[in-house]
Amino acid sequence: MTKPIVVAVDGSDAGRRAVAHAAELASGAGASLVIAHILEWSPYSFLTQEELAERHKRREQELARAETALVSPLIAELAAKGLSARAAIRYGHVAETLVEIAKAEGASQIVTGRTGAGGLSARLFGSVAGTLAQIAPVPVTIVP
Amino acid sequence: MTISISQRLALAMPLALIAQIAQAQSIGDSINDAFAASTGWFVNLIFASVWGVPWIVGWLVIAAVVFTLYFGFIQFRAFKHSIELVRGDYSDPNDAGEVSHFQALATALSGTVGLGNIAGVAVAVSIGGAGATFWMILAGLLGMATKFTECTLGVKYRNEYADGTVSGGPMYYLDKGFKERGLPLGKAMAVLFAVFCVLGALGGGNMFQANQAHAAVAGLFGDYPGWITGVVLAGVVFAVIVGGLKSIARVTEKVVPFMGVMYVAAALVILIMNAGMIGEAVSQIFAGAFTGLGVTGGIVGALIQGFRRAAFSNEAGIGSAAIAHSAVRTKEPITEGFVSLLEPFIDTVVICTMTSLVIIITGQLMMDAETGLYMVTEGGRIATVDGNTGVALTAAAFSSAFGWFGYVLTFAVLLFAFSTMISWSYYGLKAWTYLFGEGKTTELVFKLIFCFFVIVGAASSLGAVLDFSDAALFAMGVVNIIGLYFLMPIVKRELDSYLSRLKSGEIRRFK
Repeated sequence: MTKPIVVAVDGSDAGRRAVAHAAELASGAGASLVIAHILEWSPYSFLTQEELAERHKRREQELARAETALVSPLIAELAAKGLSARAAIRYGHVAETLVEIAKAEGASQIVTGRTGAGGLSARLFGSVAGTLAQIAPVPVTIVP
Repeated sequence: MTISISQRLALAMPLALIAQIAQAQSIGDSINDAFAASTGWFVNLIFASVWGVPWIVGWLVIAAVVFTLYFGFIQFRAFKHSIELVRGDYSDPNDAGEVSHFQALATALSGTVGLGNIAGVAVAVSIGGAGATFWMILAGLLGMATKFTECTLGVKYRNEYADGTVSGGPMYYLDKGFKERGLPLGKAMAVLFAVFCVLGALGGGNMFQANQAHAAVAGLFGDYPGWITGVVLAGVVFAVIVGGLKSIARVTEKVVPFMGVMYVAAALVILIMNAGMIGEAVSQIFAGAFTGLGVTGGIVGALIQGFRRAAFSNEAGIGSAAIAHSAVRTKEPITEGFVSLLEPFIDTVVICTMTSLVIIITGQLMMDAETGLYMVTEGGRIATVDGNTGVALTAAAFSSAFGWFGYVLTFAVLLFAFSTMISWSYYGLKAWTYLFGEGKTTELVFKLIFCFFVIVGAASSLGAVLDFSDAALFAMGVVNIIGLYFLMPIVKRELDSYLSRLKSGEIRRFK
């Protein structure tokens, strides 16, 4: 069986272009796709009492929204093209979690878009695509 | 000379205003008197002394000793495991996005770290001398076992609603836990606790904080009417708890830990600068703990001050922490107990000790060079440089090393007071909704009352009201600890089961 391709989506146009590119690769190789959506999250962030009490509820809502508004429509679109795709919606550090998904799925590669943020913010915070290029255990394709 | 009508009015207006203020003050006084007359017995009961020791302090310390022995010095046995839990070593990655142990601890800490660590410690050493530090640390170490007990129960018996939100705290474990063990009066105690909690939230968790915040600002910029601070603070509190302005709360939650770290760092730098005197300060702490070094009340005086301020600062046994920690997402309630025992350690053993060491090392407490004893003023306090006490004493100690630290400290006091108020508004609200039911309107009523009392607290020096709310805070501890004694076998069962599963490897590390 051909190894699946992990593609990162975040609801942006760059993410859509990444999916389009990954779809081409997948249909060429006869591979399946894993549509990965990561909700930025650190267990070491600071929350208020009220946020703590509501956290579980919010988490369910956020997961449901990501599923219905973003990932499921993409999977349906890909299915219409005859491609098999499944969802992976997680919380965590974006690049690190993508790597974990790729490992768990035994993926052949990761496809991601890029935000195109330059200048100070990129220098300070780094970018997902840049970090991924540094830490990924499999080849990474960055779609402009 | 003729005076026009408008001039007359201009003259009369301030006069009317002054008359009004004078009237308001006399109203304040009469409220104060009426309040003192009707609640004095309650305050006297809570703070009554038995053999020279306020019994409530003994009550909290004895409870801490009982829990320490009953759980076999759990605070030392489980210390390493507690840190591993906070680091997330045992957290299932699939639970990412849920409240982590770290988050629950950080939020609970921002509710307890505050004036007690800055002003309370200064009061303790300026009355009880360096020796009070020793007893404070001891009380902090013992208090860890109390927190462990109450927070485990807080998670175990919390309410989880259909929409996924949670409510927990002593009112829930008193109610459900007593029912489970077939004990009577659980519900009555839960209601009593909730009533005290609402009063304590409005008093110690609100008016006292607003009052001290105003004192700190006025100390820096000169005196001005307290209601101005009150209205500003109330406005910000309103924006957060009624307006749902999460950004302010979020900023506070981020800045408070930062201020805490900076406070400890500044203290460490001062200690390193005076490294040669640390040995002497430590010997003063031990000598003071067992001889008193001439403080009022001798060794007992030092002991009471240390125990009392530790209890004020880390709130172990009061029950508030059980509300704070109950939101964590875990299958094992006991894990939150482990994590919560770090709270008195960080609050009292680390931060309070830092304050006290800085005060001692910078030579704020005046000693008689010949006798080696403290010089005591007529009021029974130790003579300090410039006669400072409370926040001013801590500020003087830090400023003697860094002149600009007074400003930072004022900012820190304001922030700590604010974050404590936000935390207590939540504890009070949970008690309030326990009494009157969940619902938008009931919640709004409490929040508005809370904001109103911010102004009252900052504007007035209503001693009796403050005394009463302090007493209410400790009354929470009376009800809570009775409950803990009856429910501690449940915690023991959880503990034994957890430890055996940890040993067998059934509970595994993820990292």
